[in-house]
Amino acid sequence: MQCSICKEKPATVHLTQIVGEKMQKLDLCEDCAKTKGINDSSGFALADIMLGLGAAQEVEQAVGADLKCPRCGFSQADFKKSGRLGCSECYKTFSEGLSGLLKTMHKGTRHTGKAPEALRVSRENSDRLKTLQKRLNKAIESENFEEAALLRDELKKINERPATTTNLAQ
Amino acid sequence: MKGLHEFLVSPAETARRHGPHDRIVMSSRVRLARNLKDAAFPGWAKKPERVKILETIRPAVESLPEMKDAFSEAMDNLGALDKQILVERHLISREHAAKSSGSGLVLNREETFCVMINEEDHLRMQALRPGLQLKQAWNAIDHLDSELEKKLDYAFDGDLGYLTACPTNLGTGIRVSAMLHLPGLVLGEQINPIIQSVNKLGLAVRGLYGEGTEALGNVFQVSNQMTLGENEPAIVERLEKVLSQIIEHEENARQTLLEKKTKVVFNHIGRAYGILANAHSISSKETMNLLSLMRLGVDMGLFPGAERSLVDELFLVTQPAHLQKKLSDKLTAEERDLIRADMVRERLKNVSRPVVKPQPNTTN
Repeated sequence: MQCSICKEKPATVHLTQIVGEKMQKLDLCEDCAKTKGINDSSGFALADIMLGLGAAQEVEQAVGADLKCPRCGFSQADFKKSGRLGCSECYKTFSEGLSGLLKTMHKGTRHTGKAPEALRVSRENSDRLKTLQKRLNKAIESENFEEAALLRDELKKINERPATTTNLAQ
Repeated sequence: MKGLHEFLVSPAETARRHGPHDRIVMSSRVRLARNLKDAAFPGWAKKPERVKILETIRPAVESLPEMKDAFSEAMDNLGALDKQILVERHLISREHAAKSSGSGLVLNREETFCVMINEEDHLRMQALRPGLQLKQAWNAIDHLDSELEKKLDYAFDGDLGYLTACPTNLGTGIRVSAMLHLPGLVLGEQINPIIQSVNKLGLAVRGLYGEGTEALGNVFQVSNQMTLGENEPAIVERLEKVLSQIIEHEENARQTLLEKKTKVVFNHIGRAYGILANAHSISSKETMNLLSLMRLGVDMGLFPGAERSLVDELFLVTQPAHLQKKLSDKLTAEERDLIRADMVRERLKNVSRPVVKPQPNTTN
């Protein structure tokens, strides 16, 4: 097995990091392991190392090296250099290449934590609309027209409300 | 506005702040990364844009009730020494200390909130607490963030969460961390397996000053690594669980040392005291490592009457920038070593040498 950093020497240091059900592996030769500080007692983090190597190439293969963010002009090559993105729009521009990277780096690929209040309200609203719509479809399918009528009215009421909060979600 | 030095809480007072488990957990911190919607991240933005961002964010942060009478300054108005003092106090990162125009800092009176503007992200806000208080720190910073979101337009995506300059911070943008004093595990040679297993749980272990620094004075920082796919309370709780295990291992290691390697540990502590109380030249690195052993001695009841806060205060005031700040002339490292030794000798004048029979410590 070859070292995943220098791609020359044989890999003798094998790292495994398990979080929940996910496992990440990295194979390094002795020299690269040393320069990355893996034998160092102050510790290391797999994500830091991975970001420095495979990650940027992965993005490059997925999106091509010439792609530039239309808003800030940041390119794939810049990401390779710094491991940082140029602006929030870059996440859309490079989304295809980033998704694989995020998968290896994080526990999941969908945010489940805090959201700004305004968005949270609109998110709750759209979730509610979705459930109502589902219940309506089911009611129609099962020919429960009485319930369907009620659900339709409720949906209509929500949709007619001035959509101040939904604008913020865009 | 007052200068930074007049503003900062004195090291003596800082050292006397107590929190749960502060025998082992020196401090807790929760940091959130946030960015503005329509601006390039600080590392990519040109200087005029960074200045504009700073001018948008700084007044918003200053206007928060938590930041009443805060210290607020642009980084280019702070001298190298002041910046280094902030690093030694763990109020700003080393990366932020290297910034100048277009970056800023807002620090509240009690030093429980510190907001870095235009570090790697537009906003890096942190809540700090003594001892083990991760939940309290999270609640505090969550509240501050909710206040701030009313004044600023954050970059947020329904799927990816808060958008950050580095994909490693994406989602919650949270870093929960605790600073641990682990001399028992180091002396008992158990620290490496502990670090490895903590790493396997997806948590990072770092040295005293964060990323890429060595564990001076047996002080380690443990923090979460993943920020996406898990909500904030779950991340806080996961770290808390791991910390309580590390605390237990450290306590056990100390107990084992006392019972089975009494001579070894007494020898270490006695020598540490001997050098600190008698040296005429000492580097900051050696000082920290020996103070760590003395702190262990205080915890083990070998220095009856001495308080842990004396050791913690020395830990801070003997660091290079703190030491330099006390003096009017710019000193070389060698000259500082002499002054440092004088200071430590003076402060330990009234601390008797360690006893041979541990006495229950009542002063802490």
